[in-house]
Amino acid sequence: MRRELIEFRNVSFRYDEQSPWVLKDLSFTIYEGEFVAIIGHNGSGKSTIAKLVNGLLFPQEGEILINGIIVNEETIWDIRREVGMVFQNPDNQFVGATVQDDVAFGMENRGIPREEMVKRIEETLQAVQMSDYRLTEPHRLSGGQKQRVAIASVLAISPKVLILDEATAMLDPKGRKEIMGTVSELSEQRGLSLITITHDLAEVVQAERVIVMNQGEIWEEATPREIFSKRNELRDIGLDVPFVAILAEGLKQVDLKLTKEPLNQEELLEELWILHSKT
Amino acid sequence: MNNSLIIGQYVPGNSLIHRLDPRTKITIIFFFVFIVFFANNVLSYGILVAFALTAMLTSKVPVRFIMKGLTPVWFLIIFTFILHLFVTKEGTVVFELGIFKFYSGGIIQGFAISIRFFLLILVTSLLTLTTTPIEITDGIEDMLHPLKRFKFPVHELALMMSISLRFIPTLMQETDKISKAQASRGVDFRTGPLKERVKAVVPLLVPLFISAFKRAEELAMAMEARGYQGGDNRTKLRELKVTKLDIMGYLIFILVVAILFLTRTYG
Repeated sequence: MRRELIEFRNVSFRYDEQSPWVLKDLSFTIYEGEFVAIIGHNGSGKSTIAKLVNGLLFPQEGEILINGIIVNEETIWDIRREVGMVFQNPDNQFVGATVQDDVAFGMENRGIPREEMVKRIEETLQAVQMSDYRLTEPHRLSGGQKQRVAIASVLAISPKVLILDEATAMLDPKGRKEIMGTVSELSEQRGLSLITITHDLAEVVQAERVIVMNQGEIWEEATPREIFSKRNELRDIGLDVPFVAILAEGLKQVDLKLTKEPLNQEELLEELWILHSKT
Repeated sequence: MNNSLIIGQYVPGNSLIHRLDPRTKITIIFFFVFIVFFANNVLSYGILVAFALTAMLTSKVPVRFIMKGLTPVWFLIIFTFILHLFVTKEGTVVFELGIFKFYSGGIIQGFAISIRFFLLILVTSLLTLTTTPIEITDGIEDMLHPLKRFKFPVHELALMMSISLRFIPTLMQETDKISKAQASRGVDFRTGPLKERVKAVVPLLVPLFISAFKRAEELAMAMEARGYQGGDNRTKLRELKVTKLDIMGYLIFILVVAILFLTRTYG
C-alpha cells in the first residue's frame, strides 16, 4: 500500500456566507507517486480543490492533510514546499525578468544559496528542454514554453506533488500534448505525485485514477477507461466527450464488438484490426 | 513589434562600460552631475567633454542612438543659448543687429550652459544605454539597502519595479490586441478631431485596466503559491560584484575630478 500524501476529510467550502457551497462534504485521498486527474465542468469546484491543497484558501468545515500535516495558517509555508502549482495563464505566473530569474524566484523565497540555485536552474531547465532559453525574456516565449518554465520553477524546489490547474487550457493542441508528455515523464522519473485539473477529457487518458466533480461533489472515481465508457452521463454533467469515444459508441451501435473501451486513436485502430482479422 | 521590442533604451553589448557594475555607473554619474557645475574655463570644460566622449566611445554604442536620446533636449539647449545671447550684458559688444547688442559675455555664457546640458544628458543616457533596466533596479536596491533600518521598503520597491518592467511588453502586446479588436468594430483611433480621438481611447483603456487588475490578482496568487513571503530571509540569484574594472572606473573618475579642480580658475 502506498503512503497517503493528500487527504481531504469531509471538506466543505464557500467563498462567503451568502454564496452557495462550492465544495460539499468532500473526502478523498491521493497517494504518493500517483497520477490523478480531477475533471469537471466550469464551476464544479475543481480549481477550488487546488487552492485548498496549497493553502491559498481554507475550508470552512473539515480538514485537509498534506503528508500528515493539517493545512492551516501556521503550516502553509511548509505545505507550499511540498506542493507545486502551475496555473492556467502562462503570462500571469511569470515573475522573473528572464527565464532563469523566474526559475530562481521560488528558490529565492526559500532562501536557497546561490550556488545551489545555479545548479538547480541548469538541471530543471534541462528536464523541461528549455536550456537554450536561460536568458530569454518572457515576451519572446510561446505559451507552451512559458508553461515549461513554470514547471521547471516548481521542480526546482523539489515538491512531493505537482498540481496542474488547467495549465494547458490556453495552449494549442501541440503544446498541450508536449506539456502533458513532459509532466508525466518527469513525475515517473522523480516519483512525483501529479494532479491535473481539467475540463478536457482527452487529457485524463494517462492518469491512473480520475475523479469527476459535479456541483461540488465527487460524481465518480474510476480509471480513465471506466470513465470513458460512461459517455452519456458525462455529457449530461456538461463535459465534452472525446471524438474517439463517440466513434467507439457509434461502432457499437452498428454491432461491432470492441473488446475494450479505446482511450485514443491507436487503441481504436488496434481494436479494429483485431476485429477485422477475426471476421 | 514583438521581437524588435527593447525595453527602455538599452543597447546590448559587451564593452567595458557595459560590464561595469551598475552601482559604479550610478555613483559616477551622480557625482559627475555635480562636478559639471565646477568647470569654469575652457580647459576644465575640455576635460569634462573629453571624459564624456571617451566614455561614449568606449561603450561602442552607435552615435545615432545617443543622438536619439538627445533629440528632445536640443530645443532646450538652443533656447537657453539664445536666451543668454539676448539677456546677458557683460563683456564687450561683439556686434549689433538693429536694436539688439550682443555681448561677448553672453556668447560665452550661452556656450557654457549648452555644454553643461549636453554633458548631463550624454552621460545619463549612457547609463540607460549600457545598463539593462533590471541591472539598474538591482543597483538601486543595493544602494538603498541602508535605508532598510528606517523601515523603508527597499526590497518591495525593487520587486515592484522589476515586475512592472517585466509586464511592459505583455501589456503592450495586449494594447495592440485590444486596439485591433476595437478597430475591427469600427473605432477610429487615427482620424477625426482631437476630441473624438481622445474619446476613442476609452474603449481601449477600460478593457486594458480590467485585464491588468486580473493579471495582478493572478500573479499575486502565483507568487504566494511559490512561497513568496516578503523580503526577509530571501536569497538572490542575480548578484552584483565589484571587479577590478569598477575600481579602475572609480580611479579614472577621481583622476578626472582632480585634474578638473587643478585647471579651474579660482577667485
